[in-house]
Amino acid sequence: MEAKEIWERLEEKFSGRVHGFKGDVFDPYLHVEPQAAVEVCRYLRDDPGLKFEVLSDLTALDWPKEEKIQLVYHLYSYTHRHQIVLKADLPREAPVIFTMEEIWKAANWMEREVFDLFGVVFDGHSDLRRILLPEDWVGHPLRKDYVEQEEYDGISTQRAPLVEKLLR
Amino acid sequence: MSAMNEATAGEGAAFQTEDMIINVGPQHPSTHGVLRFVVRTDGEVIRSALPDVGYLHRSIEKIGEKVTWHGFVPYTDRADYLAAMFANQGFCMAAEKLGGIEVPRRAEFCRVIACELNRIASHLISVGTFGQDIGAITPFLHALRERETINNLMEEICGARLTYNYIRIGGVGYDITQETCGRIGAFLDHFELIVDEYNRLLSYNKIFVERLVQVAPISLEDAFQYNIVGPNLRACGLRWDIRRDIPYSLYPELDFDVPVGTGEKGILGDCYDRYMVRILEMQESCKILRQSLRMMPKGPAIAKVPRKFKPPAGEAYIRIESARGDMGFYVVSDGSEYAYRVRFRTGSFTAMGLVEKLSRGIMVADLIALIASLDVDAPEIDR
Amino acid sequence: MKSLINSLPETVFTTKVDDLLNWGRASSQWYMLFGLACCAIELMQTGGPRADVDRFGCVPRATPRQSDLMIVAGTLTYKMAKRTKLLYDQMPDPKYVISMGSCSNCGGLFQLAYSVCKGVDKIIPVDVYVPGCPPRPEALTEGLLRIQDKMMRERWLVRGSAERQPTAGA
Repeated sequence: MEAKEIWERLEEKFSGRVHGFKGDVFDPYLHVEPQAAVEVCRYLRDDPGLKFEVLSDLTALDWPKEEKIQLVYHLYSYTHRHQIVLKADLPREAPVIFTMEEIWKAANWMEREVFDLFGVVFDGHSDLRRILLPEDWVGHPLRKDYVEQEEYDGISTQRAPLVEKLLR
Repeated sequence: MSAMNEATAGEGAAFQTEDMIINVGPQHPSTHGVLRFVVRTDGEVIRSALPDVGYLHRSIEKIGEKVTWHGFVPYTDRADYLAAMFANQGFCMAAEKLGGIEVPRRAEFCRVIACELNRIASHLISVGTFGQDIGAITPFLHALRERETINNLMEEICGARLTYNYIRIGGVGYDITQETCGRIGAFLDHFELIVDEYNRLLSYNKIFVERLVQVAPISLEDAFQYNIVGPNLRACGLRWDIRRDIPYSLYPELDFDVPVGTGEKGILGDCYDRYMVRILEMQESCKILRQSLRMMPKGPAIAKVPRKFKPPAGEAYIRIESARGDMGFYVVSDGSEYAYRVRFRTGSFTAMGLVEKLSRGIMVADLIALIASLDVDAPEIDR
Repeated sequence: MKSLINSLPETVFTTKVDDLLNWGRASSQWYMLFGLACCAIELMQTGGPRADVDRFGCVPRATPRQSDLMIVAGTLTYKMAKRTKLLYDQMPDPKYVISMGSCSNCGGLFQLAYSVCKGVDKIIPVDVYVPGCPPRPEALTEGLLRIQDKMMRERWLVRGSAERQPTAGA
């Protein structure tokens, strides 16, 4: 199924809660309201014509100039061999969205990673804690305004002076 | 004798046992990298094994935003060092898609040859360490011996044995000479018979088979829910290969089979199926290599790409079939000479999410077999 | 007193106690498998069939309690640093550390990373640094031979002292 048809079916069913379809890019995407994201994904997974069995990727983009953190969901269907990309914009100060864990279990670890690196809180997640960084790490590194801490656990993070010049 | 058994049986019924919490710590003799499991067991049977990852988190995704497009290619090697060519290729394909660069035909052949050699090398390590984890130390040395020949070939092609930095944006770094092609052909003549050696040492070995069959089968439903990809997914019965189903590069012109698990010796999707799929895939890679060596045309090995590569703003999602499955590259560009966001989606990360569910009810030794059969790789999980 | 030297049969050697002890230790360095990242694969290849370190007596051990050489092969992250120190403390004396590869020498190509410790010598003392990314098996073998040289220069028997003396000309 073409991305435009998927968009038309979603617009028909969830009018007002999905918007901003862009079809002329390499991977067509559409925006979805954060509150309606779980419902839309459940429909996308269960509807026999769409059948997106697999959550390929769940990641985030940090747009500090527009004051938002954008969650990106890549969905894929083995049955129909089509893919769609959903984007949900969250406010940068307090990004909160409901978890996708009940729909695709793969979201469990992917959401933990987004929480760890971006600071997005997922409501209803069974075990939301840091996954890649140590438990007592301060800050969310993949944000654009992240500043490294001076030392961790007694080890200083200072580099050789020649390298300090390269740090951008 | 029977009275004594009855007495102990009576006492056994009233035993008070407690769960043990064992730490399968970050340093361990298994070679899958620094992974840690906090295992709660009732005697020898596991109640739950929680993976703890992040001991090799090298912040490659953040570095992608700080170095230039060309300068990031060596970092992609380290994202999965056992299958480094695939990571190189994925990132370069994403950058080429964004920049609208077309890769010359000879470069595509060089890429396929390098990638399939790397696939064989990666599967050799996977199969060899699988045997080592189960307790068969000898096949591991056989695997390392074959891998030394592949390392020599890689060194002739690109100068490095492990982290290649060979596939560049626009093509490949160096051309493959006629002499090297001859040596690859000689290696293939030798290697296709060696796979038979593995079958005799490991695959039909009674102890190996009994350790693996019916251990931790993954159902297709679970595989979809947890986004299991690659040989693990093929072992569950689904004949899915990115090279054939979402084709890229030259794979539409090449003729190869996609092996799937059959459950011949146990349950469909158990550890033995995952092992056999990898052995059969090595043979398919040999077929692909022979065809590429025959069909390779003459021409340039790299397209003209500006030194300060600045693709227009946009985003691209590329999937390639790496040795460990579908590796996704999500690259966002904002028009400058540094990428805005580089994201690697790897098969091992989501496979680790499934370990907790699969580990309930198996024994501690089976946990090691399970991890080895999923072929997880610490740099892929942690990046 | 008559000299014994010319009257001993050919199968008897005389040597110093220090040399004998050091020769025994240097010819059987049991290394702990501490492979963290890419260098671990080259460590495995060094123990493999072609560049065989078993001919120098080096056997891989899984546990620090039975090893006297720790080859830190790979990138050290801050999360792993505490465990590295713990493992180093668990090794019995006399112990040696080889830092293999540029990531453990100085942080390697991950200078811009936030989670990588820039060199394992911030945590534990290192005896030999082997450069490379990853170092070839021949380079790692050279590192092992340098540790052998270091071991051969140590002095144990000094009149009036109960401790190991610092190596001469280290």
